[in-house]
Amino acid sequence: MRDSARHGPSRRQLLFGGAAVGAAAAATLGAERAGLLPGSDAGPSADTAGINGERMVPFHGAHQAGVTSTPGAHATYLAFDLLPGTDRDRLAAWLRLLTDDAARLTQGRGALADLEPELAARPAGLTATFGLGREAVARAGAEVPAWLGPLPAFEEIDALEERWSDGDAMVLLHGDDPTAIAHLARMIVRDSRSFASLRWRQSGFRRAYGSDAQGTTMRNLFGQVDGSTTPKPADDAFGAAVWAGDEAPAWLRGGTSLVLRRIAMDLEGWDEVGVEGREASVGRRLSDGAPLTGGSEHDPIDLEATDASGFTVVNPAAHSARAHVSDPARGIVRIGYNYDDPVEAGAVDTQGRPAVSNVGLLFGSWQRDVDAQYVPMQRRLAQADLLNTWTTPIGSAVFAIPPGCEEGGFVGETLFA
Amino acid sequence: MSTRPRFLATAAVALASAAALAGCASDTASSEASLTVEDPWVKTVESGMTAAFATLTNTTDADLTVVAASSDAAPMIELHEVVDGDMQEKDGGFTVPAGETLTLQPGGYHLMLMGVEEPIVAGDEVAFTLELEDGSTVGFTATAKDFDGANEDYDGESMDAESSH
Repeated sequence: MRDSARHGPSRRQLLFGGAAVGAAAAATLGAERAGLLPGSDAGPSADTAGINGERMVPFHGAHQAGVTSTPGAHATYLAFDLLPGTDRDRLAAWLRLLTDDAARLTQGRGALADLEPELAARPAGLTATFGLGREAVARAGAEVPAWLGPLPAFEEIDALEERWSDGDAMVLLHGDDPTAIAHLARMIVRDSRSFASLRWRQSGFRRAYGSDAQGTTMRNLFGQVDGSTTPKPADDAFGAAVWAGDEAPAWLRGGTSLVLRRIAMDLEGWDEVGVEGREASVGRRLSDGAPLTGGSEHDPIDLEATDASGFTVVNPAAHSARAHVSDPARGIVRIGYNYDDPVEAGAVDTQGRPAVSNVGLLFGSWQRDVDAQYVPMQRRLAQADLLNTWTTPIGSAVFAIPPGCEEGGFVGETLFA
Repeated sequence: MSTRPRFLATAAVALASAAALAGCASDTASSEASLTVEDPWVKTVESGMTAAFATLTNTTDADLTVVAASSDAAPMIELHEVVDGDMQEKDGGFTVPAGETLTLQPGGYHLMLMGVEEPIVAGDEVAFTLELEDGSTVGFTATAKDFDGANEDYDGESMDAESSH
């Protein structure tokens, strides 16, 4: 929805009648089922097709489908450590097995040796995206990108825990049905036992399928519209930011990288902040995600605009000011999921009381080159970002995301070429 | 790409999709293409006994019977069925009626590998040959998968051969 004219409603309508206007707009635009077409840039629209369980995202293609498709309502990340005996040949065998599981289950078919193939029958847009850490690429004997490994320490903000960090390989499952995700996750961990051990597992969610019109920007658990500026797959900016080209090792071209940060959010501290402070911390309105400088959600933010007293409308330390990148090729594409996990035994909040929440964001980002795109932005945010007051990175991992494969091939095959 | 999945009651997989294997199990057509083998897999084993499974489809208008199976992975393979939880050799082999499909699956018909000496590990590709009643053969390659089920095969109650466990 870059075309604000299509939105039409005034700021007043958006502020005071947002829900009704949104529903009307959705009804108008909703004849087609956005999300069926990977890369569709039609913007938010309602799903009028009814049953969503049968929806399938094609597995095979030049890129891995989990990168090019609209993020589903649910996501599970699985990270593995390779067993000592998993050499180059065994690594290839593992990737073949996992690719086969994913190729079948994403298309509504049981896996080989699947005793619950009934669970496969409702993929609901299920995708599987495979990533490799430095150790896996090294064992394959392929060129290791310089950025593949732990991020530099961001000492101002990091409180990283090993149990949420790193890994030799990663699978991201996302789709609209958590049952389908659970079944594929189970097949993947079962088929991995001879090759790798599960290092960590992290799950997250957005609004349930059907709660919002398709294409609506997610909200995080601070209530903020989160990810307004992130390009859609059909945008030129998406390709410029995401797909590795000639500068990358040959095996990675058509692939990308994933940075996953587990960011704990201090909801109790956030409770103490009023609406104005909350909006100032990001530079966007809570109601609809529009920049504080006006317009609607996808209008550009004006970081130069000043108010009557001469101060910039957007605080220079606001998140959107600090994260701002003008050149799309230097930007990132975000894929975020909320988490809301049980409070851990003995946990306390910032006031020393027994904790009552354990929530945060699984912040994922796709980019060609972690060092050139992610790290400079993260450095700026570590140095100054009002949101840092209430957010703490507690997990961090980086993976290379190989290109997709065609039928008969397997994801990661380019490593062994 | 169709947006409608096939609904399957068993591990059998629709034929039209069989070519979409992601690269492991490969199907080898018989010399006469009379019997097709889909989704073959074999349970991993250190040594001794294990089982292989697949979906067999008879594309002809006459019944076909598999009378024997062989593989370099095992000196002996028997055609087995499970009756009331007990495994036994299937008298007369596996008959696949004209135009129909027979699924070899845990708890049912299977190829019983005996005397395996070299470990079959996850991800291995194991070649098999089926022999039909008329003397023709059908080859296929099964993917090895770790699998905790199919243990009825190994109880040894009705078996003379020693258990590997």
